Amino acid sequence: MNIFVCIRQVPDTTTRIKLREDGNGIDEADIQWIISPHDELAIEEALQLRDRQPGSTVTVLSAGPERVTDSLRMALAMGADSAVRLDLPGDADSATNARALAAAIGKLGAADIVFVGKEAIDDGAGAVGTMLAVRLGFPSINVVNGIEYGEGSVTCRRDVGGGNIEIIETPLPAVISAQVGLNEPRYATALNIIKAKKKPIDTITADELGITEADRKTRLRNFELPPPKQPCRLIEGSPAEQANELIRVLAEDIQAI
Amino acid sequence: MKILIIAEHKNGTLAEATRELFGLSLGQAEIHAVVAGEEVAPLAEPLGQLGAAKVHLVESPALAGGTGESLGQALGQVVPQIGPDVVLAAHTPQGRDLAPRLAATLDAALATDCIQLGCEGETVTARRPIYAGKATAEVEFTDDSLKVITVRPRTAKAPEPDAGRSAEVATVAVELSEQKTALKEIIAGGGERPDVTEAAIIVTGGRSLGSAENFSIIENFADTIGAAVGSSRAAVDAGYRPYRDQVGQTGKVVSPQVYIACGVSGAIQHLAGMRTSKHIVAINTDPEAPIFQLADYGIVGDLFEVVPLLAEAAKNRNGS
Repeated sequence: MNIFVCIRQVPDTTTRIKLREDGNGIDEADIQWIISPHDELAIEEALQLRDRQPGSTVTVLSAGPERVTDSLRMALAMGADSAVRLDLPGDADSATNARALAAAIGKLGAADIVFVGKEAIDDGAGAVGTMLAVRLGFPSINVVNGIEYGEGSVTCRRDVGGGNIEIIETPLPAVISAQVGLNEPRYATALNIIKAKKKPIDTITADELGITEADRKTRLRNFELPPPKQPCRLIEGSPAEQANELIRVLAEDIQAI
Repeated sequence: MKILIIAEHKNGTLAEATRELFGLSLGQAEIHAVVAGEEVAPLAEPLGQLGAAKVHLVESPALAGGTGESLGQALGQVVPQIGPDVVLAAHTPQGRDLAPRLAATLDAALATDCIQLGCEGETVTARRPIYAGKATAEVEFTDDSLKVITVRPRTAKAPEPDAGRSAEVATVAVELSEQKTALKEIIAGGGERPDVTEAAIIVTGGRSLGSAENFSIIENFADTIGAAVGSSRAAVDAGYRPYRDQVGQTGKVVSPQVYIACGVSGAIQHLAGMRTSKHIVAINTDPEAPIFQLADYGIVGDLFEVVPLLAEAAKNRNGS
């Protein structure tokens, strides 16, 4: 099988976000970059599928600037066969990234299945996988936490909120977005991380993908940090007094209960 | 400006998150609504009372038992016929699935999970959280394409229905091709409690609960006040709660009216997932816990002692 995984490089979850002086982006100076957590699930699922299907390959794609190469190397260290960077600006919008990924998959060969994370934790939009599927003309199933593989089809468990689950079947090729619970992503071993440093990572330019700035539909600007909070009002007294006062606040001051 | 609201519904009732969309500041825009499914005609009346000038009914049996694919295909046909400038949907599981399908199909601009939205004249301004709420950013629409926008539940308050208002009603035909995806089964697993992403109040427990069984303290209090039960990542990792309850950057990002954190220290990735809550309450034995920096109200105390008393106090209040 020809298996593709699309990943996004994002700031580590412990990052304290600082804004650029012009307010139109974040200061990337001290950021530790990681593979977005749900995308690790996508990589893991691809690797497990490849290992059950002899002759399969896993190709990992990521759109972004030069720094994205580090995350692609990490995907190689986890076990992917090849990795390709699509040379796009870090702030390309979902529409542009989806177009670029579809064009790259078209260039690299007929995909049997494409895995993505259910969302990247930078913008949390969860849009690229579905938009990519539309561009490829593939069906897509989102927020999947279990997959059964059939002959030329997959049956997915999908998290639809409120604890409800949908079971959806689709023929392949398809785009599947991974949710927590799908698998436990493996750690790359130190040895494989060292080995991955020597592996080539191909780059496809925006030009080669037919992407221009005109494909952009949105841009984020005027970033703001959350306003500083008023100091916390500590409720004093015995535990019973504290409890009664908090319930009074919820009922009378906030009128929430 | 013409705005088309995609009405989400279940069991013949409009979703609250859809009703809220009518409470946004949409200026003088002409508001249309589209409602797709089987036997959806009765929903035209409440949509009219909420402020829709025109309601478009899309009836197809394929939509009732279908997947996101059929809804996406149907609306992909209907939206160009109606010709709005903006398509609005709630950022619910359905809206999250639909909006990118529609945007890609129609070559539209997409802005998801907006927490501020305004329309004035021909200008639409939208602001959304990024990095799970560690910052927010304005979405600039760089050309005049159709805009598909989803709005986070609880961003606006649903207006009171006005019985004196009604909408013009139109039926729109769609031709659905054979669907690739097939919905085989729906497994209901949620129980009676609301989902954290849609609840007005969330009571969250952390790893200090110590066991899955001890979460019954949190559940009892939550049930007393009609709240959802949330969990920190540490408590999910420890196996006390299912992942679907996890609040934070790698779980669900929530924005309830009241967020009550019990025994949650406040790791940065957790704070990112709940910081847009309107009122935050922290209960923790450690007065230095980072959660107090974000909290509006705090109780320094032992949750095992305080939370059952809260449940009792709430019950007494309800009873009186």
